[in-house]
Amino acid sequence: MTAFGTAASRPLQGRGGSPGFRFTLYAVLAVVVMYLDQRARYLEHVRFVLQAAAYPVQLVVNSPPGAWRWIRESFQTRESLRAENERLRQRQRDLELMSMRYEALAHENGELRGLREALPPVADRWLPAEIINIQLSSLRQRLLINRGVSNGVFKGQAVLDDRGLIGQTTHVGPWSAEVILITDPEHAVPVRVDRTGLRTIAVGGGDGSSLALPYLPANADIRSGDLLVTSGLGGVFPEGYPVARVTEVHREAVQPLAQVRALALSHINSDTEVMLVWFRQGHPASPAASASSTAEVKSGNAAMQPLAAPARASPAPPRAEETPVRAAPAARRAPTPAPAPSPAAPPDDSSTPAPQAEAPQPPATQAQSPPPPADTPAEPPRLQP
Amino acid sequence: MTVGQMRVRIALTALVALILTVLPLPTWLDVLRPAFLVLTVLYWSINTPRAGGIGLGFLCGLLLDVFQGPVLGEHALALSIVAYIAVREHQRIRSKPAFQQSLLVLAALVVYEFVVFAIDGWTGHPVTSPLRWLHCLTGAIVWPPAAAILSYSEGRLA
Repeated sequence: MTAFGTAASRPLQGRGGSPGFRFTLYAVLAVVVMYLDQRARYLEHVRFVLQAAAYPVQLVVNSPPGAWRWIRESFQTRESLRAENERLRQRQRDLELMSMRYEALAHENGELRGLREALPPVADRWLPAEIINIQLSSLRQRLLINRGVSNGVFKGQAVLDDRGLIGQTTHVGPWSAEVILITDPEHAVPVRVDRTGLRTIAVGGGDGSSLALPYLPANADIRSGDLLVTSGLGGVFPEGYPVARVTEVHREAVQPLAQVRALALSHINSDTEVMLVWFRQGHPASPAASASSTAEVKSGNAAMQPLAAPARASPAPPRAEETPVRAAPAARRAPTPAPAPSPAAPPDDSSTPAPQAEAPQPPATQAQSPPPPADTPAEPPRLQP
Repeated sequence: MTVGQMRVRIALTALVALILTVLPLPTWLDVLRPAFLVLTVLYWSINTPRAGGIGLGFLCGLLLDVFQGPVLGEHALALSIVAYIAVREHQRIRSKPAFQQSLLVLAALVVYEFVVFAIDGWTGHPVTSPLRWLHCLTGAIVWPPAAAILSYSEGRLA
C-alpha cells in the first residue's frame, strides 16, 4: 500500500478492474443476495448474525434518549412520585375489583361449554420488553425491542401493551427483535366485531394509528364505536384481545364494499414498554401449534384449517393470512360433542391433514348460515369423526 | 495519505452518517431527513474514487439493509448504482460549481430512491406515499455543507 503513496486521490487506472466491471460484480452480488433472502429464505441465519452485529450501534443510538429519561426520573420530586404511587394504587384496586368475579365467571364458562374444569387463561407467560428508540424505516410501522432469541422470543409472536394489540415479531435477532405493527399497511389481523360476532380482516392504515376494514360488504352490520377484537384465526393472535375501535363507516350506493376505518387501541406512539406473550399450547382460544411458522400459510385452529392456501399472493412473511369466515363444518355439525381434550394436552391432530378430509364439503353452508357466534373459534380442535 | 488510512477515515464518516440515519425523529422530520449515508458514499466516490467507490457503496448499502431494509441487498444494489455513476463521472462532477453539483446530487438521489422504490415493489413491500421522495430535495440542499464538512475531515486528519 505504501508504495502507492497518495494513491487515494489518483485517477483510477488498472487496479481492481474497471469501474464497469466492478459495478457488474457488485450488482450481481446484490441481486443474488436479494434473491436468496426473498425467495429461498437462505439468509435467515446471516440476518441473525447481522442483527446481532447491529445491536451495539442501535443501543448507542438509543442511549441519549434513554439517559435523558433516566436523568428526568432521578430528579423527580417526592410529590410527583407520591401522586403516581397513589394513582397506581387506585388503579390496582379498581383492577382487583374488576377481576374479583373472574374466577367464578371462568368456572361458569367452563361448565357452560361442557368442559370438566375451567380453562386456565390462554396467556401462559409474558415478558416486558423495552422499545429501542431507533428509526427502522421511514413510512413503515416497525419497532425494535430489546428481547430476542436468548429470551425465547420466536418469529410471529404476539406483542401487546396494556390496552390492546400492538403487532407481531418479524425478524428476531439474538438480543433484539423487529416488530411489525398492526398499523403497517403490510400487516393484516383477523378480527371480530365484538357486538355482532362479524368476522373480517383489519389491514394497517399506514399512518401510525389507524386500521382499515376493506373486505366488508356495504350492508354489513357495523357502526362507528364498535370494538374490534382478535378472532383467533390466522395462527398468531389468540381470540378475544382488543384491537381497535371503529371510527368511521362510509357506505355508498354504488360501492359494493363499505369503507371502514378504525383507531388502534394500543398507544403505540407513547409506549416505552410492550409485552411479549406466550400462549398456552392446545388451549381452545390459543393460536395453532404451528404458529411459529407464519411463513407458510396455516390457519389458527388445526380443525379449522382452510382447504388450501389462499390463492392470493401474500408476499410478506409476517402477514397473518386471510381466512376469516371459515369455520369447520365438521366440528360444528358433530351431534354429540366428543369429550374435550384436556386443555394442557397439545392438540394431537395438529399435524394431520384435517383440511383435506373436509375438502369435498361445499363452502356454501357457511354462506347461508349467519356469521357464526363468538364461540366458534374457541371450539377445541377435534379429529374428524 | 495511503489508501488504508483513507479507508479508516471513510469508515468513520460512514458510521457517523449511519447513526444520523437511524437517529429517532418525529415522523414529519423523518421524511425530511436527508439520506446521509448516500451523501457520504457520493462524496467519497466523487473525491477519492479509488478508496471509495462501488465497493464502499455496496458495503454501506448492506449496512443500511441490516437496519432498515425489508430485503437484504436492496440498498446495496441502489448504492452500488449511485456509486458507479459517481465514480464514472467523478472528474466532471468535481469541476462543477456547488449549485450544479447540488443538482447532480439531486439526480443521483432520485435514481437511488427510484431503485429502492422499484425493489420495494418487486419484493412485495411497497411504500407508495409520495413523501418518500422528499428526502432527495433536502439531500440536494444539504449537499454543499455536507461536502464541506467531509472535505474538512479529509484535510484535517491528513
